[in-house]
Amino acid sequence: MVNWPALIVFLALFALVTVLGFVAARWRAGDLNQLHEWGLGGRQFGTLISWFLLGGDLYTAYTFIAVPALVFGTGAMGFFAMPYTIIAYPLIFIFMPRLWRVSRRHNYITPADFVRGRYDSRILALAVALTGILATMPYIALQLVGIQVVIAAMGINGKGIMGDLPLIIAFVILAAYTYTSGLRAPAMISVVKDMLIYITVLAAVIVIPIQLGGYGHIFMAAGDALSLSKPAGSLLLGAKSFPAYSSLAFGSAFALFLYPHVVTGVLSSKSGGVIKRNAALLPAYSFLLGLIALLGYVALAAHVNTNPAYALGFKQYHGQFAVPALFLNQFPAWFAGFAFAAVAIGALVPAAIMSIAAANLFTRNVYREFIRPDCSEHQEASMAKMVSLVVKLGALIFILGLPTQYAINLQLLGGVWILQTFPSVIVGLYTRWFHRTALLAGWAAGMITGSVMFVLADYKVIFPISFGGSPLPVYAAVWALLVNFLAAAILTPICRAARLGAGVDQTCPEDYEEEREPAADHSRSEDRQV
Amino acid sequence: MSNQMVKPARGRRLWYLLLFLCFAATIWPSFYNRTQPELWGFPFFYWYQFLWIPLSGLFTGIVYLVTRTEDS
Repeated sequence: MVNWPALIVFLALFALVTVLGFVAARWRAGDLNQLHEWGLGGRQFGTLISWFLLGGDLYTAYTFIAVPALVFGTGAMGFFAMPYTIIAYPLIFIFMPRLWRVSRRHNYITPADFVRGRYDSRILALAVALTGILATMPYIALQLVGIQVVIAAMGINGKGIMGDLPLIIAFVILAAYTYTSGLRAPAMISVVKDMLIYITVLAAVIVIPIQLGGYGHIFMAAGDALSLSKPAGSLLLGAKSFPAYSSLAFGSAFALFLYPHVVTGVLSSKSGGVIKRNAALLPAYSFLLGLIALLGYVALAAHVNTNPAYALGFKQYHGQFAVPALFLNQFPAWFAGFAFAAVAIGALVPAAIMSIAAANLFTRNVYREFIRPDCSEHQEASMAKMVSLVVKLGALIFILGLPTQYAINLQLLGGVWILQTFPSVIVGLYTRWFHRTALLAGWAAGMITGSVMFVLADYKVIFPISFGGSPLPVYAAVWALLVNFLAAAILTPICRAARLGAGVDQTCPEDYEEEREPAADHSRSEDRQV
Repeated sequence: MSNQMVKPARGRRLWYLLLFLCFAATIWPSFYNRTQPELWGFPFFYWYQFLWIPLSGLFTGIVYLVTRTEDS
């Protein structure tokens, strides 16, 4: 039975955002037949727009559905997202301006471009690019799941193609304005999206607890409900979980800015200063994320999981239905529609950015590098637009054709994979000590280690290893990164001794540093007259 | 005419310790894995982590202001 008030509000907001997506092409207009205009918005976004864009980038619909789902299901463990984001922004503050500067000076659009220039290694750059693409694609698919969940929550439960139709329509609209406007589309829409999300979450964390009797009561009720679930969750961590919590937090934090869509968001900024200011301002979203995580407990306290009205949703989407069910239960129907629009639009923005980022990677680091090195700028941009379309289509087919759990598993694995590019990309920003061949071997070792651990742990990302005592449950990405660094460190002197070529570094030390003059447009290489 | 490259003065680099503090304060949960003292109904585990969000933003902002050059 369709929830009409909710649906009408939902559609109205969705329509608004669609119009904005197309209008965005004219905003701060540039030649969208150039890749850095389509794919990086012309590198001109200032502090405020970047705040909205990065916020939209980092806080996705999937985040808003999955984090409370984890808290709903297991309790305290789901809060690793907090220390994760607390650590992530200082790291972005430190590392990203450096990447921005060298990328601006050499017109790098992707992290693989940088690796190519720094290490003069096409194959290492290819490894970084493919890792980025592989890590991004399931993430896009999961945004579509976010849209699916809220559509189901509004009572649209068709069978077969009718059931898939809303998602297909949403996809087509998304694909159309991303194609025409590039990064400007999600940048503009993210302003609306973030406003909707802030309003929704603030309403949820203020109004609903009042309805339910205050936070003290909510924590108690949640604790009770968690102890009844199988396996039992709890409000605090078990002592054995500390390494898992900690390694999930810092492993995720160090991986965050390696994701292509985050790099795209960073490189679209006007200056290193914009990135630094945002590193100080984006924690506002982390606060929001913490509040959203709490909604998992609020949902438990509202007993939505035992309420027969939501049984169908929970059966299909499990813990991911917790927040939609909560909104349906506590909000008037029209505001539930507003909230669902916030989630759905919150899926479109990152899906757009992620597909653009993946397209940038493929176009620069596979197409232009290996297939058509002499392509014109126009051809480059056209290829990227096409790839962005294909990537979204692939994600749609994946979601419609395969069980959601596959997408979830791949995304978890993607997080393990992307961290393996840390030695090449981030360490490479500071030193060229690691030999490029050693880095490649390290990357391979890390990828294999992480993937094997994931499978052995029954498709979970926490892998326990015992060093004599009781097993240490640590995030597989971290184990894999240790193997990665170890391999690269051991092989580097060996590669040197074997006189394997180290390539020519395209960059100079000055490229990474700040200039005394205000940052003018240095996208063309400057004469450095001594 | 070569562009002169700038690094923040030695003393200013110490401010980066503030960032390390954000890391140190949250990285090991045994430190904050308890319910007491509660604040507005929130167990310590939760409000402590919430607190570090604006703190980390504040510290990052301080480091930004203190180490700023013209590249802003």
